Amino acid sequence: MTVKTNIQLGRSESDPDVLLEVENLTVSFPTDDGVVNAVRGVSYQLRRGEAMGIVGESGSGKSVSSLAVMGLLPKSARVSGSIRFQGESLLGKSENQYAEIRGNKISMIFQDPLTSLNPVYTVGYQLAEAVLAHNDVSKQGAHDRAVELLRLVGIPFPEQRVSNYPHEMSGGMRQRVVIAIAMANNPDVIIADEPTTALDVTVQAQVLEALEAARAETGAALVLITHDLGVIAGHAERICVMYAGKLVEVGSIDDIFYRPRMPYALGLLGSLPRLDSSSKQRLTPITGAPPSLVNLPAGCPFTPRCPLAQDVCEENEPNLVATDSSAHLAACHFHEKLVGVSARQLFSTTSADPDLIDSADQEVAQ
Amino acid sequence: MTEPTTKAAAPSAGKPVATDPATGRVEREFTVKDRSQFQQTMRRFLRHKLAVGSLIVFLLLVLFAFVGPHLWKYQYTTITPDNSVPPSMKHPFGTDNLGHDMFAQVLRGLQQSIKVALSIALIATVGGTLWGTISGYYKGFVDNALMRFADLILTIPSLALAAALANNFSGSWWIIAIILGGLAAPYVGRVVRGMVLSIREREYVEAARALGASDIRIMLRHLVPNAFAVVVVNATLLVASGILAETSLSFLGFGVRPPDTSLGVLITLGQGAVNTRPWLFYFPGLFIILVALTVNFLGDGLRDALDPQQTRQRR
Amino acid sequence: MTTVDIPTQSTGREPTSNAAPVLSVRNLVKHFPVRSKGVIRRRVGEVHAVCDVSFDLMPHETLGLVGESGCGKTTTGRLVLNLVDATSGEITYAGKDLTKLSSGAMRPLRRDLQIVFQDPFASLDPRMTVNEIVAEPLRIHGLYGNSSDGQKKVRELLRQVGLNPEHGNRYAHEFSGGQRQRVGIARALALRPKVLVLDEPVSALDVSIQAGVINLLEDLQTELGLSFLFISHDLSVIRHIAHRVAVMYLGRIVETAPVEELFTKAAHPYTQALISAIPLPDPQKERTRQRVLLTGEVPSPVNPPSGCRFRTRCPKFANQLSENEKQKCVNELPALIDRGQGHQAACHFAEALKLV
Repeated sequence: MTVKTNIQLGRSESDPDVLLEVENLTVSFPTDDGVVNAVRGVSYQLRRGEAMGIVGESGSGKSVSSLAVMGLLPKSARVSGSIRFQGESLLGKSENQYAEIRGNKISMIFQDPLTSLNPVYTVGYQLAEAVLAHNDVSKQGAHDRAVELLRLVGIPFPEQRVSNYPHEMSGGMRQRVVIAIAMANNPDVIIADEPTTALDVTVQAQVLEALEAARAETGAALVLITHDLGVIAGHAERICVMYAGKLVEVGSIDDIFYRPRMPYALGLLGSLPRLDSSSKQRLTPITGAPPSLVNLPAGCPFTPRCPLAQDVCEENEPNLVATDSSAHLAACHFHEKLVGVSARQLFSTTSADPDLIDSADQEVAQ
Repeated sequence: MTEPTTKAAAPSAGKPVATDPATGRVEREFTVKDRSQFQQTMRRFLRHKLAVGSLIVFLLLVLFAFVGPHLWKYQYTTITPDNSVPPSMKHPFGTDNLGHDMFAQVLRGLQQSIKVALSIALIATVGGTLWGTISGYYKGFVDNALMRFADLILTIPSLALAAALANNFSGSWWIIAIILGGLAAPYVGRVVRGMVLSIREREYVEAARALGASDIRIMLRHLVPNAFAVVVVNATLLVASGILAETSLSFLGFGVRPPDTSLGVLITLGQGAVNTRPWLFYFPGLFIILVALTVNFLGDGLRDALDPQQTRQRR
Repeated sequence: MTTVDIPTQSTGREPTSNAAPVLSVRNLVKHFPVRSKGVIRRRVGEVHAVCDVSFDLMPHETLGLVGESGCGKTTTGRLVLNLVDATSGEITYAGKDLTKLSSGAMRPLRRDLQIVFQDPFASLDPRMTVNEIVAEPLRIHGLYGNSSDGQKKVRELLRQVGLNPEHGNRYAHEFSGGQRQRVGIARALALRPKVLVLDEPVSALDVSIQAGVINLLEDLQTELGLSFLFISHDLSVIRHIAHRVAVMYLGRIVETAPVEELFTKAAHPYTQALISAIPLPDPQKERTRQRVLLTGEVPSPVNPPSGCRFRTRCPKFANQLSENEKQKCVNELPALIDRGQGHQAACHFAEALKLV
């Protein structure tokens, strides 16, 4: 299975289109209770200009894996595997070498814009800083570029806004400034980690628009990390679904949304209340909760929540394997059983928590 | 690292896998050992080596002060025939010019000083917690009145006031404890009020109000327990300053008075002899420093251990 | 796509029509004072958090209260429970005006009116076990009884919200978000309330867990005949669970309608924008749908715009209206006008639009 996976993912040195290549990335944090395995062997490739979404619930490792790419993990983290940007390995780079790439070749947008903006400088100053850090231009040139960037992300009256401090702006406006800073040096990759989660929906629409504008302007590839399947549906071409620190399904957007081959992805779609449907049918939740990432037992981590689970699932953790096409991978022993199955057929419409069901079973058995 | 599965990477692979006894299934959700908050606090505290050491030393000092007098051959009032002898096997800390055994005197002095210090901490903590909780919970007028009164007390040089008050009463230890404790209470009150102001805005307090809980119930069930960590840390630090305050007061002649004794009294009596009979001054001094230091380290350790911001992460 | 003819399967959750409302809110207003900084904290203005809000909550009904942050929906929920004092207006429950009751007179009514909070990590006391948390309301109202009785009640409540009573001795922080929210629901149910204010009860939960809690709420409504005031910013959840929806913007209700009516014939430009701003988890629809995009952000509630409060962001105001028509928006406050079938919109130029 291992060999198969490697064939699927291919080797990239020959492929000039591959910008970022993450291979078998693992990240763990030592704690009092044992080692938290936040990311457990994640591999993916990002091609030039592509928009890739990483979707998963809290604690699935989606943010940690991107922080690892940016070299922004806390000192206590143990990282292994390989991360290559344009063929060059990023892991083990010194802080200075990383700074050359960060903000220049790869830039990142965080959920909370206040963490990435300095409250004591104007946004214009911060934008100009970003431009000057990696470009040889005059101060006036940098200022002009700052105004232009603000206009690009849709901030009204950029000539005036450029001299505002972050606290004088609203949340949506700030996030657009962060996007402007991220695109200041025409990066090759923009990583956006839950860029709109803290924002209201109407503002979210504006920020996503700004993100699209930034991509169109710079031609950068986008890694969009979110828990919102709606946001992913509109802004990504390819999706990685993460669960318990691993990729459990990878495929084109249509593959994942219309032909999911991993029960988790299917369940996730089935558990969403739909804005576009008037039917008052019951939702089909995935019972239980994601596993604890400390002392994770062997086997597929989705087993206790999975309606398809068999004994083999308790023992062997499945790898990503090709399903209906070589670009659509799923990590499930029984992915073939999911062809043409709807969430409603697989998951029940229960409202209870699984351990109650277990104890009820026990009572019946006695 | 060629195998992309976790087994190679996960250091936990060798550990036994927990299974749920009820279902026989592999337990995945609660793999972290169930630990109470007390246990977590203990673990964090035990990692603080200096604090653990201090705790041991402090407990030994308390044992020494309260059990020691019963075992030692001399009472602190006993007048031995040896006058002004330096430390020896018979008198480990020497004797003073009247023939009092200094070891017995230090035991008694330490006992009195610890008693006073603990009482000060207890009175200040209970009073201050009440003060701060009421002030922080009701806000507005009540808060203003209580806090301005606290400010007023805090501007008074407490040692001078304590000296003046103690002078009017007989110098028994509990009077001193009440006075010093009362004067320290507004300090605790201010800290507790700060905590309560933030806790009262939490949703669980609002939930309690929505359930119809009375103000007293909210304060006792929700506010005080959640401000507990701060209170405990403050209490330990109060013990240290209590020891020092008692010492200063007795040193000035307003605290515990002879024939009873405390570390402060012993220092006062010994200061004149610091050059001729240094043991009369340095032994009580050493114990004052020991108590104050250990209690401060203990407070530091408790603060780190009880800090809710502290994660389980290890560095 | 399905149209208005919804199959009316009997879920037992349909509101009883023609009955008297359980809870009725009239002209509710809440202003928070804004004070200057410094020693003398002068009153320098007021936050107009809730302005002239009126609605009825029918028995067995779920009324969705929707809007963005700062629109006053949460304050409205708190006002209904008398956790915040109203500036003016009436809240009638069981023939009594809650705004005029003392806290002592309010206490027995608290058994009927309960709340579930958004953040399951903040709403449970970290120093209490789950059993203690659920027993708390029973103890407050003297219903706990002796210890074996009380424990039985607590176990029954935990079972009712789909939790294993065996786990009741654990502290809340040991549970996942979904389980914690169930504990919060059990606490609210302990007093057998008639009305439950649900303040964003699933917004903080992961997608896969959200659905279970929504199903639970639906079941409880059927079993216990509860009325829900369901506050949320998530229109998808609202469409799924609510019978009637009220949309709020800057302290005012701008549109209210039965749920299907609202989603298929949204008449207020703000409702339209809200609906079309929500990304659909369906790539093909998402690529092709019609959008009403808003510019700018919500103005400050300290100094709301004159006339129609939405006009500063209204795409219709900006692009379609003539100068004369614009004057009307600037000068005249649009009233909630009935468009039939209980559908009211507060817009001078309302036009129905189907967006999903």
